[in-house]
Amino acid sequence: MRVDSLKTGFLVAVISLMLAACSSTSTQDTAGVSTSDATSLPSDEVATGTVSDRGVSGMDMMGSDVDTVFYFDFDKSILKPEARAALSIHAERLISYPQNTRLEGHADERGTREYNMALGERRAMAVKEYLVLQGVNPAILEVISYGEERPKVVDSNEQAWALNRRVELK
Amino acid sequence: MIRHLICLAGLMALLASPVLRAELTIEINRGADNPTRVAISPILLRSGALPEDVSSIVSDDLQRSGLFEPVDRANMLSYPRTVNEVYYRDWRVLGVEYLVVGDAVRQPDGRIDVNFTLLEVHSERKVFTKQVQGYQNNIRDIAHFVSDRVYEAVTGIRGAFSTRIAYVTAMTDSSQSMVFRLMVADADGARERMLLESREPIMSPGWSPDGKELVYVSFETGRPAIFRQRLSDASREQLTNFQGLNGAPSWSPDGRQLALVLSKDGNPEIYLFDLASKQFTRVTRNFAIDTEPNWTPDGKSIIFTSDRGGRPQVYRQNLASGNVERLTFRGDYNARPRLAPDGRTMVMVHADNGNFHIATQDLITGDLRVLTETFLDESPTVAPNGAMCLYATKRGKSGLLAAVSLDAGVKYFLPARNGDVREPAWSPFL
Repeated sequence: MRVDSLKTGFLVAVISLMLAACSSTSTQDTAGVSTSDATSLPSDEVATGTVSDRGVSGMDMMGSDVDTVFYFDFDKSILKPEARAALSIHAERLISYPQNTRLEGHADERGTREYNMALGERRAMAVKEYLVLQGVNPAILEVISYGEERPKVVDSNEQAWALNRRVELK
Repeated sequence: MIRHLICLAGLMALLASPVLRAELTIEINRGADNPTRVAISPILLRSGALPEDVSSIVSDDLQRSGLFEPVDRANMLSYPRTVNEVYYRDWRVLGVEYLVVGDAVRQPDGRIDVNFTLLEVHSERKVFTKQVQGYQNNIRDIAHFVSDRVYEAVTGIRGAFSTRIAYVTAMTDSSQSMVFRLMVADADGARERMLLESREPIMSPGWSPDGKELVYVSFETGRPAIFRQRLSDASREQLTNFQGLNGAPSWSPDGRQLALVLSKDGNPEIYLFDLASKQFTRVTRNFAIDTEPNWTPDGKSIIFTSDRGGRPQVYRQNLASGNVERLTFRGDYNARPRLAPDGRTMVMVHADNGNFHIATQDLITGDLRVLTETFLDESPTVAPNGAMCLYATKRGKSGLLAAVSLDAGVKYFLPARNGDVREPAWSPFL
């Protein structure tokens, strides 16, 4: 394939994406945000908001409230207890309703890029092995690593790195 | 309806907007301790003007090498074009050790001939006179030719100013999504050209030994795959399409094979891929990660990263015997090795206590030396003359390219005006 045709392909993809966005009538700007009218608040009450400890929860809920993003320690691919609990629920769902699922592995930006590709794959494999051990058919699971190429948070500090070392179920 | 109009306007803007380029610039950080003072007298046409200033390009080349300190044109007392016009006294007062004078002539067919002479000021000696021919559209090539000859005559090292660099840029476009580009530019960052553009990651560019093709990893199919692409006509070919990793391609010195990484057999292993027969030969057999292969200049061994010892370290495997030896022992992270042309000096990413820097290791004495003090340094690549190492680093939130001489005496940055620049690959001599 020549670059020209590839570029054309992109443009077509971009245009169709934008047209899709144009045709959408949902008001996504306000989704997930609740506002309250200050005047309705009794003077002796305060409004509070909560922030979860994790800072981030799975964005793609796959129709449930179970986490779909699992985090790892630096240069490690060991599943944490909370990940095992959530993955067991995913396993039950995937056994009852088999559905092709991508396991996307990621690394933080430290270290070399191709080693991080391998590390991202190792993490996604750890998730796959756990699901298969629970009885999920391996044929519906595809492992793909993005290494450090698709960070969730673009920044260079411990917090950003912790959020970028992850496997996403899609 | 308004929403539709805004979208349409956005669409038009996207179609009309020119490609946003990274546009590398140069920022000199540190030069050698005793640079040679040199002057490049303006090289001009007798009548008419050249589209680019040859002497400035030569001055910039020599300054960037760190080994020269070019005299500012404004401080020159005269602008000689030929040896006969040179008053050595004018240059001695400026402390100039070497002087370049030259003359450009446009031939009736449009060809431009540049005659240039290198003079040693102290001894009033002519070192050489040479001619280079070019055209209006490749004045920069003419200038880099001059730089290469001057550099070699003074330092004894072949100049690498006429080489190129490949790299990957990543930036967010107007719709806030990432755009990845594979770029090629002159070694000084000028004349940047785009080879590939994708919404999906592009990684690990590497040169063919003849400098005419690149190999790289592209995720454009939704998965990583290895491609080769010819620079002259952009023709390209997908070489691998396996489940799992398809990465880290490295062209063999004889041009016939690639070393690359596949995880199709369960975990990342290094394979050789024969470009003619399309056959794969497995090199490593280990439950650990084996990746980032690079050839020794004799083509007999592969050096690579493996965590078979617990942490990433560099190993060497002889391809004929299969013998493996561990090369690195200092620091808790040594990875992505590349060999300098001498086959003895290895550059790599080295970390101790979580600080990632570029280091060299002498493969005979084992001496390790950390060259850089920047942040999150990676992807070192050595110039074909072995003088400089280009690498990627981080400043603020963006990635940029930086250079360091293999003796750590010379340092400069190539910051980009836009976006993130990473994974430099220095071409062979062209």
